[in-house]
Amino acid sequence: MVITVEQLNKTFEVPERDPGLKAAFSSLFNRKTRSVEAVADVNFSVAKGEIVGFLGPNGAGKTTTLKMLSGLLHPTSGRVEVLGHVPNKREREYLSRMTLVMGNRNQLQWDLPALDSFELTRAIYRLQEGAFLEQRDELIELLDLADLVNKPVRQLSLGERMKAEIANSLLHRPAVLFLDEPTLGLDVTMQRRIRGFLADYNARHGASIMLTSHYMADIEALCHRVIVIHEGQLLFDGALSALSQRFAAQKTIVVTLAEPADLGAYGEVVDESPTTVTLRVSRDDTAAVTGRLLAEQPVSDLTVVDPPIDDVIESVFEAGA
Amino acid sequence: MTATTYESGARAFVRLYSALFRLAIIEQFQYRAANYFYMIGMVTEPIIYLVVWSTVAEARGGDVGGLTPGAFAAYYIVWTLVRNMNIVFTPFGWEQRIREGQLSGQLVRPLHPIHYDIGYFAGWKIVVIVLWIPLAIVLSLIFQPELDPTVIQAAAFFVAIWGAYLIRTLLLWMLGMVTFWTTRITAAFEVFFAAELLLSGRLVPMRLMPDWVQTVAGYLPFESTFGFPITALVGPVTNEELIRGLLTQALWIGIGVAGVSIMWRRAVRNYTAVSG
Repeated sequence: MVITVEQLNKTFEVPERDPGLKAAFSSLFNRKTRSVEAVADVNFSVAKGEIVGFLGPNGAGKTTTLKMLSGLLHPTSGRVEVLGHVPNKREREYLSRMTLVMGNRNQLQWDLPALDSFELTRAIYRLQEGAFLEQRDELIELLDLADLVNKPVRQLSLGERMKAEIANSLLHRPAVLFLDEPTLGLDVTMQRRIRGFLADYNARHGASIMLTSHYMADIEALCHRVIVIHEGQLLFDGALSALSQRFAAQKTIVVTLAEPADLGAYGEVVDESPTTVTLRVSRDDTAAVTGRLLAEQPVSDLTVVDPPIDDVIESVFEAGA
Repeated sequence: MTATTYESGARAFVRLYSALFRLAIIEQFQYRAANYFYMIGMVTEPIIYLVVWSTVAEARGGDVGGLTPGAFAAYYIVWTLVRNMNIVFTPFGWEQRIREGQLSGQLVRPLHPIHYDIGYFAGWKIVVIVLWIPLAIVLSLIFQPELDPTVIQAAAFFVAIWGAYLIRTLLLWMLGMVTFWTTRITAAFEVFFAAELLLSGRLVPMRLMPDWVQTVAGYLPFESTFGFPITALVGPVTNEELIRGLLTQALWIGIGVAGVSIMWRRAVRNYTAVSG
C-alpha cells in the first residue's frame, strides 16, 4: 500500500471566551479552551495508482487529513505512513516524492512568467536538466500551457494560473498527489481539462491520487473509489457505485407511455408530461413496481436510474449528522 | 514511469541560490522605479543625522569626538548602502506568511524556507547596489565625504556587508518565529528595533556613545550589522580591528544559525501540532 492510515485522530484545542468585559478580564487569569475533534479514528489505505475521492461537507476533516498525510500536521494519535515514510517527520526523500495542491494556494511567482518559477522548482527538488526538461515539456503539452508559460503569472486567468500551478507541483514527478479542491472556481471547460490531465498523469506514471472536490463531476470522472468523512468520522469507503446502493434509499423510474395514464399509485410522481412520468420509489420495491408497470400500463419505454450522486452524498451527510 | 534523477548537494546548492538570485533580480528590476523611490525615501534619515552632526561639529570648532563634517559625510553615505544591506524578511511578515498559507506551501517542499529568504533577499541586494551607486555619487558631490580606504579595508567592507546581512537575517528570523507561539508580539519587535537603533551605530557612530554604552553594545550583535561594516570602510580602523570585527561577525552568524535551527524545529513542531 502507498498510503496507510490507522486509528488516525486529530484534536485541536480552541480558545473559548464568553462575550463581555467581565469574561475578557477573567480570561486573563483563567484561559478556557475547548477540544475539537477534527478527525476521529479514521482508517483507510490507498494502493499504488489508485485515485480516491475524499468527500465530506465543509469542516468534515478532509483538509486536516490531507495535511496530516502531507506532513503539515502532527496527528494527535494513530499511524500514518505514505511511501514508507512517516509524513510529519518531513524527510527530504518523502517531500521529494509527494505533492500537495491546494486550490486556493499559490507557489508561482506572481510577477514572473511561470517558466521562471519552474526553474526555481527544479532547483528546490534538485532535478537534473534532462529529467526536468522532459517532465516540464510533457506537462506544458498535456495542460496546453505553451502560450501561457512566458506570460507573467499575474496576467493569467484563474483557470490558466491553476493549470500552471498544477504543472509546477508535478515537475518532480511525484508518486503521490494530494489535491484539495484543484478545480475550485474554474469554469466547466477548465474543470474538464484538468480532470482529463489528472487521469492521463495517473495512467502514465501510476501515481496515487487523493482528491477532494465539491464538484461531483470531478469525482465521477476520476474516482472509482470514494471515502466519505463527516464530523471527523469515516462514513463510507468503497466503490462510487456502491455509495448509491448503500445510501440511496430510493430509485428513479422514468416511464414513457403509449398513451397518458395516472401512475400515482406506483410511487411518488416527481415529474410528469403527457406521455413521460418520472417516479421515485423505494429501492426495495423497485423490481416489484417495475414488473407491475410493465404488466398493467401501456409502457413503451422504461428506465431505472440511481439518483444523482449529489443527492446521494447529501443523504449520506444527513444520515451521518 | 521514468525515474527522476537528482543533482548532488554542492551543485544543487549553487543552482538553488543562482535560481533565487535570478528570480529576485528579474522581479526587482521590474520594480526599479519603486525601489528607487524607496531608497530616496530612506536617504532622508541619514541626511538629517549628517546635517545635525555637521552643524554640531562646526559649532565645536570643526569636529565632534574627532569626526569632522567630511568624516560624518563618509559615515552616513556608506550608511545608506549598509542600511539597504540590512533589509531582510521582517518579523512582522511572519503572521501574514502563516495566515495566508505561504508557510504551508513552503513546508511541503524539500527546502528549509530560510534558504528562500537568504537567496531571494541577497538577489535583491544586487539590484540595490546597482541602484545605490548613482545615489552615492550625488550625495558625495553634495556632502564631500572624506573617504580614503585601503584595499584591505575595501575587501573587509565587502565581506562585512554580507556578514551583516546574514546576521540580521538570522536575528530577525528568530524574532519573527516567536509568532508561532503568540501573535501579540508586535510590541516586543518594537523594543528590539529601538535597542538596535541605539546600539548598532545607525543613529550615531558608536565611538560617540558613552563608554558604558559601547561596553554593552560589545556583548550584542547589533554593531556587527551596522557600525562595524561602515567603520571597516570609513575608518579609522587597524587591520587587527578588521579581523576582530569579521571574527565577531562569524561568531554571531554561528550563534544565529544554531538559534534558528533550534527554534525552527520547535516552531514547526508547534505549527504542525496546532494549525488548522
